[in-house]
Amino acid sequence: MSLYYVQKLLYQLNRDPAIRRRFEADRAGLLDEYELTGEERAAIETGDIGLLYVMGVNGQILMHYAALLGQPWDVYIEAMREGVRKHGPVRAGLYSMLKDRQQ
Amino acid sequence: MSLVFAGVCSHAPGITGRAARAEPRVRDEFYAKLGELRERLEAAEPDALIVVAAEHFANFFMNNMPAYCVGMADFYEGPIEDEAWLAIERRRVPGNAALSRRIVEKLLHDIDVAYAEEWKFDHGIMVPLHFLTPRYDVPVIPVNVNCQGPPLTPLERAYEFGRALRRACDAQPERIALVGTGGISHWPATPDSGTINEAWDREFLARFLANDRAALTSYTDEETLRDAGQGGFEIRTFLAVAGATEGAKGELLFYAPIPIFAVGCTVATMAVE
Repeated sequence: MSLYYVQKLLYQLNRDPAIRRRFEADRAGLLDEYELTGEERAAIETGDIGLLYVMGVNGQILMHYAALLGQPWDVYIEAMREGVRKHGPVRAGLYSMLKDRQQ
Repeated sequence: MSLVFAGVCSHAPGITGRAARAEPRVRDEFYAKLGELRERLEAAEPDALIVVAAEHFANFFMNNMPAYCVGMADFYEGPIEDEAWLAIERRRVPGNAALSRRIVEKLLHDIDVAYAEEWKFDHGIMVPLHFLTPRYDVPVIPVNVNCQGPPLTPLERAYEFGRALRRACDAQPERIALVGTGGISHWPATPDSGTINEAWDREFLARFLANDRAALTSYTDEETLRDAGQGGFEIRTFLAVAGATEGAKGELLFYAPIPIFAVGCTVATMAVE
C-alpha cells in the first residue's frame, strides 16, 4: 500500500498538463517513477474510480481525476458506490474513519 | 485603511457545474442572495479581496502541506478544473503582491504562515469569485487553511489566525474585504455526496452569527467528521472570519440544503466594527 504515491500521481495529473501528456504518450514510463503496488498501478491504468476510492484516495483528488477522465457526475458517484460493494470498506486515509456511515 | 467588509459563502463546484439540475426556485433564491452579497461587497469599495478558502489539492499536497498559506502574486489563474465541468471559464485573476507581502510580514508576528508566489485557483475560490467579482476587477489575495489533509490546524488556531489577519489588514492603507468560503456539513466527493446535516448546520450558524468563540471552537474533529462529514472540517474558514470580526455579530442572508450542490448553501455577512 503506497497511498501517498497514488495520490501524488493523481494530484500531478490533475494540475499539470505536461504530466497529462506523458500519461497519454508514455504511461508505463511515467508510472515507473512512482512507488506503486501492482493493484494500485492497475487501478490507475484502467481509471478504476471505485477501487481508488476504496484504497483511500482523497475524494477531492479523485473527483478532479474523474472529471479529467470525462466521467459524468452520476457515473462517478456510482463508481465509488460500486467500488465499496465490490471491494469492501475504504481501507486507509480519511474515509476509513467514517465506518459508521454506509460505506 | 482597514478591513471594510466580511462575509462567508459556499463554494461547492455543483453550484455552477450542476446548476441545471437544482430545483430552480431555491437555486435562484440562492443566486440572488449571492448577488446581494456582491452588492454589499461592492458598496464597501474594497481595493482588494482576501478569500480564505479550503483548497482541494490544487496547489498544496502532503509532500509539503502548510497549515496556512497566503498568496503573494500579481496574478493567479483558475479554475484548475475542467472548464465545462465547473462551468467557469479559465482566466487570469488579478492579485496584489505588494499588499500580500505587507500582510504576510504582519501575520508572521503572530502565525507562521507560508506564502506562495504562484497559485492556481480551484472551485473553492473560483465559485465565490464567479458571483462576487464577476468582472474580475478586484485584486484577490488567496489564503488557504488546510482542511483536507489531516493533521489540521486546531479550531482555536483558526480563530486566532482570523484575529491576526484582522490586525494585519488594519495596518494597511488599503480598503480590504474578507470572504471566507467553506462547507458547513457535507460529504463531498464520497458516495454520501448530497447528504447534508441541516440541524448541525443551523446550530453551527447560530454560533457563528453570535461570534461565540467558545462555542465555535468546542467541536472536536471526531465529532465534526461524525456529524458534518469530512467537508465539515472547512468550518475553519468560517472561524477565521469570526476571528477577524471578533466581538461583532453576523447576518444570515441565506441557508438551504441543496443536495445536488452537495452542501447546505450559505450566504452571510459579519459586521466590521
